[in-house]
Amino acid sequence: MSNTYQAGVKEYRDKYWTPDYVPLDTDLLACFKVIGQSGVPREEVAAAVAAESSTGTWSTVWSEYLTDLEFYKGRAYRIEDVPGDPDAFYTFIAYPLDLFEEGSVVNVLTSLVGNVFGFKALRSLRLEDIRFPIAYIKTCGGPPAGIQLERDRLNKYGRPLLGCTIKPKLGLSAKNYGRAVYECLRGGLDLTKDDENINSQPFMRWRDRWDFVAEAIDKAERETGERKGHYLNVTASTPEEMYKRAEYAKELNMPIIMHDFLTGGFTANTGLANWCRENGILLHIHRAMHAVIDRNPHHGIHFRVLAKCLRLSGGDQLHTGTVVGKLEGDRNSTLGFVDQLRESFVPEDRSRGVFFDQDWGSMPGVFAVASGGIHVWHMPALVTIFGDDSCLQFGGGTQGHPWGNAAGACANRVALEASVKARNEGREIEKEARDILTEAAKHSPELAIAMETWKEIVFEFDTVDKLDVQ
Amino acid sequence: MNTQGDYQTKSTLETFGFIPKLTAEEVQKQIAYMIANGWSPAIEHEHPSNKMEHYWTMWKLPFFGETNMANVLSELEACRRSYPDHNIRLIGYDPYTQSQPVCFVVYEG
Repeated sequence: MSNTYQAGVKEYRDKYWTPDYVPLDTDLLACFKVIGQSGVPREEVAAAVAAESSTGTWSTVWSEYLTDLEFYKGRAYRIEDVPGDPDAFYTFIAYPLDLFEEGSVVNVLTSLVGNVFGFKALRSLRLEDIRFPIAYIKTCGGPPAGIQLERDRLNKYGRPLLGCTIKPKLGLSAKNYGRAVYECLRGGLDLTKDDENINSQPFMRWRDRWDFVAEAIDKAERETGERKGHYLNVTASTPEEMYKRAEYAKELNMPIIMHDFLTGGFTANTGLANWCRENGILLHIHRAMHAVIDRNPHHGIHFRVLAKCLRLSGGDQLHTGTVVGKLEGDRNSTLGFVDQLRESFVPEDRSRGVFFDQDWGSMPGVFAVASGGIHVWHMPALVTIFGDDSCLQFGGGTQGHPWGNAAGACANRVALEASVKARNEGREIEKEARDILTEAAKHSPELAIAMETWKEIVFEFDTVDKLDVQ
Repeated sequence: MNTQGDYQTKSTLETFGFIPKLTAEEVQKQIAYMIANGWSPAIEHEHPSNKMEHYWTMWKLPFFGETNMANVLSELEACRRSYPDHNIRLIGYDPYTQSQPVCFVVYEG
């Protein structure tokens, strides 16, 4: 390249398409699924994505020559066909570590999913995966506690956690809401949850909810001899208000609070995660708005990327879908990002949509939360799919029980423990689900009637966002 | 008297508190599961009045490297004879996660 400045427009590929480049261990790598405008070569489109998400702009500028852009530029280094999708291709881009502020997934996303997504030379763009270098991961705070510490604080071992979201999701008074919480907890749930859109509405202000829920938890703990909690949703209009609500939760000795990381935003989330770490409180993360971003196979950001970003930003539990319930979720794809939440190393595995090896180093793990349209019949499948480091949440499946929340909670707990016991005994619990639940129901009229109530309910629809495999 | 639908709160002491107490044969299967996974069996006991505390008293040391289920069962029985009024739990320690992939109360005092 000439060192003389010449005004004008260059082809992106001259500078940003580098097929011989071998990525460094310190590079941040990204895989995008791209459809370019017709007639534009793939290499040019790939290079344009690399340029627009890193150092480039549409025109050459004289001030480029004041720095060494060869050091700072992003590089498109590989192009691959997308199986079963001839219009699209994958482009792999390597970004030097120094492009990003330490400990800021906000900064990473602002580059990688910023202006480039509106770029006219692209018909569509989707960020499929990011490989964060371990050097970057070590700059992020991560989960306030993590799986191991959460188990120790809550005294829950050898099984998934059991929870439910309190219903109706809107409209209960604080005292009636606390009643619903108490009934669930005394019946055998470990945790209950504010629905995501419960914040501090006129029918129930946050402080009143905190007070009644705290009383419900204390009473349920005394009576059952088990530790209990409720995700107090501190999501609010300003960070200052969130911290105020978090402080009062701490004053009441509550073990866990909750945040909606996408509507609240990553900056708010990272700050709250830091507060939780400082104050010894767990953080449950909801994901409202994710399907807007991640469901279209040709546009947006795959949830595995959002999940990775959340683990870096901080959270002790994150919703992942259920595979079997009412909400969208392909099994292999779900397992792919559940691994990203919990494991210390995840190898590349295209059959699970994992495009890169990902080394998480010593970063604590995040519980996978399965919630939405699940009931006792799903329990053996859920235990098989999600394993012990998960939180299984049955909202309607607890509170829709004919005898009420406590009996519904008991039914779920019996089904869960029977499934775990059978799994440990070496039985194939997904195949033997009916036998295992039927045996367990002999000792539990609560489970027997739950099985009768929900025996016909399944959600069998085709997945919209499938993995790209033929 | 019809009590159907009257759910009585139970003192359940965490995992496996909602299914019938495991028989000796069933306890053996859980020990076999621990041993197959390379986890170390351990026994802890405590008076029920202290049930909410994180630390219960250890019965001897965890049985590191123990592969004989019968030995673990006889330790459980010995603990039971010494502390008949205590809750006694069986634990599997995983040194890699530093957690307890198995933990449940076998006897209640």
